[in-house]
Amino acid sequence: MTRTVLTVDDSRTMRDMLRMALAGAGFNVVEAVDGEHGLEVLSAHRPDVIITDINMPKLDGFGFIEAVRVDDDYRAIPILVLTTESDPAKKDRARRAGATGWIVKPFNPEKLVDAIRRVAA
Amino acid sequence: MDELEAIKVTFFQECEELLADLEGGLLAMQDGNDDGDTVNAVFRAVHSIKGGAGAFGLEPLVRFAHVFETLLDAVRSNEVPATPDLVVTLLRASDVLADHVSSARGLGDVDEAVSASMAAELKACTDPNAAPAPAAAPVVVEAAAAPVIEAAPALIGADDALDDDDLGFDFQPMTITIDEQAADVAAAAGNVWTVSIRPKSDLYRKANETALLLRELARLGPIQATLDASALPPLEFLDAEAAYATWTVRLETDEDENAIREVFEFVDGDCDLEITRGEAVAPDAALAALLAGDAPAPAPAPVVEAFEPAPVVVEAAPEPAPAPVAAAPVVAASAPVAAPTPAAAAKTQQIEVPGPGQSVIRVDPERIDRLIDLVGELVINQAMLAQRVGEYGIAPSSNLAMGLDELEQLTREIQDSVMAIRAQPVKSVFQRMPRLVREVASMTGKQARLVMDGENTEVDKTVIERLADPITHMLRNAIDHGLESPEERKAAGKNPEGVVRLAALHRSGRIVIEVQDDGKGINRERVHSIAVKKGLISPELQLTDEEIDNLIFLPGFSTADKISDVSGRGVGMDVVKRSVQALGGRISITSRPGQGSTFSLSLPLTLAVLDGMVVDVAGETLVVPLAAIVESLRPKPEEVRPLGPVGAVLAVRDSFVPLIDVGLTLGYRDSSPPPTEGVVLLVEGEDGSRAALVADAIHGQRQVVIKSLEQNYQQVDGVAAATILGDGRVALILDVDAVISLRRREPPRPVEPTLIAAE
Repeated sequence: MTRTVLTVDDSRTMRDMLRMALAGAGFNVVEAVDGEHGLEVLSAHRPDVIITDINMPKLDGFGFIEAVRVDDDYRAIPILVLTTESDPAKKDRARRAGATGWIVKPFNPEKLVDAIRRVAA
Repeated sequence: MDELEAIKVTFFQECEELLADLEGGLLAMQDGNDDGDTVNAVFRAVHSIKGGAGAFGLEPLVRFAHVFETLLDAVRSNEVPATPDLVVTLLRASDVLADHVSSARGLGDVDEAVSASMAAELKACTDPNAAPAPAAAPVVVEAAAAPVIEAAPALIGADDALDDDDLGFDFQPMTITIDEQAADVAAAAGNVWTVSIRPKSDLYRKANETALLLRELARLGPIQATLDASALPPLEFLDAEAAYATWTVRLETDEDENAIREVFEFVDGDCDLEITRGEAVAPDAALAALLAGDAPAPAPAPVVEAFEPAPVVVEAAPEPAPAPVAAAPVVAASAPVAAPTPAAAAKTQQIEVPGPGQSVIRVDPERIDRLIDLVGELVINQAMLAQRVGEYGIAPSSNLAMGLDELEQLTREIQDSVMAIRAQPVKSVFQRMPRLVREVASMTGKQARLVMDGENTEVDKTVIERLADPITHMLRNAIDHGLESPEERKAAGKNPEGVVRLAALHRSGRIVIEVQDDGKGINRERVHSIAVKKGLISPELQLTDEEIDNLIFLPGFSTADKISDVSGRGVGMDVVKRSVQALGGRISITSRPGQGSTFSLSLPLTLAVLDGMVVDVAGETLVVPLAAIVESLRPKPEEVRPLGPVGAVLAVRDSFVPLIDVGLTLGYRDSSPPPTEGVVLLVEGEDGSRAALVADAIHGQRQVVIKSLEQNYQQVDGVAAATILGDGRVALILDVDAVISLRRREPPRPVEPTLIAAE
């Protein structure tokens, strides 16, 4: 069964990079441009894994994760935070919001797929 | 790799947008709009550039963006106040960042010295207490020893290579103890480890899963997992959100402890983890203690399962039947531990509709150009068809004529739609200008603030590409010649900071670009005397203010007292005027002493089509742009008044306008027939001046496809371009402004060469 990954990032470059890496590894990819859009796409596509950026307009990564985690339908979906943040406080905040794991940018496709494998059933 | 190259192209496109956002945000901050959203957007722009650059390994760009981002992060968290001075620094930094992007793209170079000093400046702003000088020039030898202490607390992990770079040393992630252990492990193959895992409920709340942890452990080597469910309360006391299980795993692996710890990286803090080398002695002891303590209930029935070490099998490996508690997150139950804000909950409720998202198609511009050419041909063809049908004397009410009308409507709609595809907001040109203004201002020692208006005004792409040069020049001119120095401005009771306004707007089917400054205005006396001195005009010539202002467009005119960096580039306003005219555009100036000048540039929205009035002049067919025509009329004899030996004016309502015989002005004939025998087109020039053009007859209104005269022949005074009419004949398109000014320069010079349209 093909797994669906939702990528949420305001950067087109980053979305394209993720799509390339994920599609290459056989995942079905759906995309959203910010947290608000992410919640819309979430209900339309029911992804198996979510990868989200932190700094985004409208609804940022923290808010997005929190919103997913309070929804009984989606709160068991693993969420990987994708960020260049070198600030441990931000990673901790993402975890407190309910992030399952994280990927530090820049990532290579193996690192990315590896992280998904670690959190996806 | 093609796909990666394509993404790189996207990245640079995105960089352009982000740099524009960055600049726009900083300018908004400069205007005092420094709310959180703006600062966040500014931060995000730099952050996204850094992220993408990191993905492509564009090191210099990443390094500069990182320093910039760090400062912006401090600004957005209010650690560093966004003072006006700081915003100016940030704007300069954005210019350097733009240079880095261009350089990464292979367009131009970065001035390393400028970049380094800018980075040092940014660092100093971020942490005013840090001594900036020594940090800027690190001594490599020292760096090995010293930074370890100060940098260690800042590290979150060895995988964050960026920071390591920035700190200028190589971080060794292993401690000495681990090194020793690793060596031991390597020596003794087939080592046995005991891993005890006691998940907390937080682990499940974050959608982590014990079963997956066990699966990951199994990738390191064969495992045996034992479940201790003794802490599980009777069902009626069971909290579905809580965690009760403890797993003890016996792992055989050649990997070291680090590899094992890495499996638990994501659940660090969310489970009690004990990793010990050797068989389970300590865990057993702990287990025994547990059992001895409170185990009145059934003795624990350990579940033991073997895992295959081969990674291939991992996906297929049987789920280790986690205790019911492990499934807790799936069970809909009481509120999660960290209660989220009600607002966030409400948000989820609202957004139920699946968003269609924005879909954009990227099309090769050549395809669009081809489409526009074809539509141009279609327009001509449709016009020909209409003409032929008219020649057959078919009644306008007939089915054929009506069908033809519909075809005309459709053709026009297709044309508008196709042109709209190529229309773009002028923003892409405007966004380059703030930097130009900053640079010119600092070069000339002026203080200038750019205000932009109408950036979203749309115009055909072909026109946009050619707007940049004239705008650049007009802005340079406005700052260099228009604005006074801050001292002069203060003395004149003005704000030392001059304002330059750049605006775009649509006006009667054309795009108008205005560059307005609040400087000293044109010094007419000086302009006049320079023009006389350079022999451009005769000294006794009496000129109106407007005419004097327009002298600056004469070839060879320059008012700069000294040749500055800015204006001494060999490009005068005459060149600007000519390049604008070549596009079918016009440029004019209005100026008020002490209050400033306004340059106004008007261009057709598209260089492809034009609505025109087809007229007959001395047997030639001409097209007069409809946008210029106010009305057409047949003059009565009493309305025509002679003026001077050859001239005449026409009384139109309360005013007199000069009568211009087009045939005479263009050299088609030597003497004008009485204006009362012809038709008069009342036209308005770009500067608002009116004239009455005399033609012999009007054929009607038509949309024509513009064919450049310059490209196919040469520029001709009074003629803007040519077109092909429905009957296949070439007709010239009149340049109304040029015709009016040709007439102004009386006595009329013979127009050369006299161009007769090809039959």
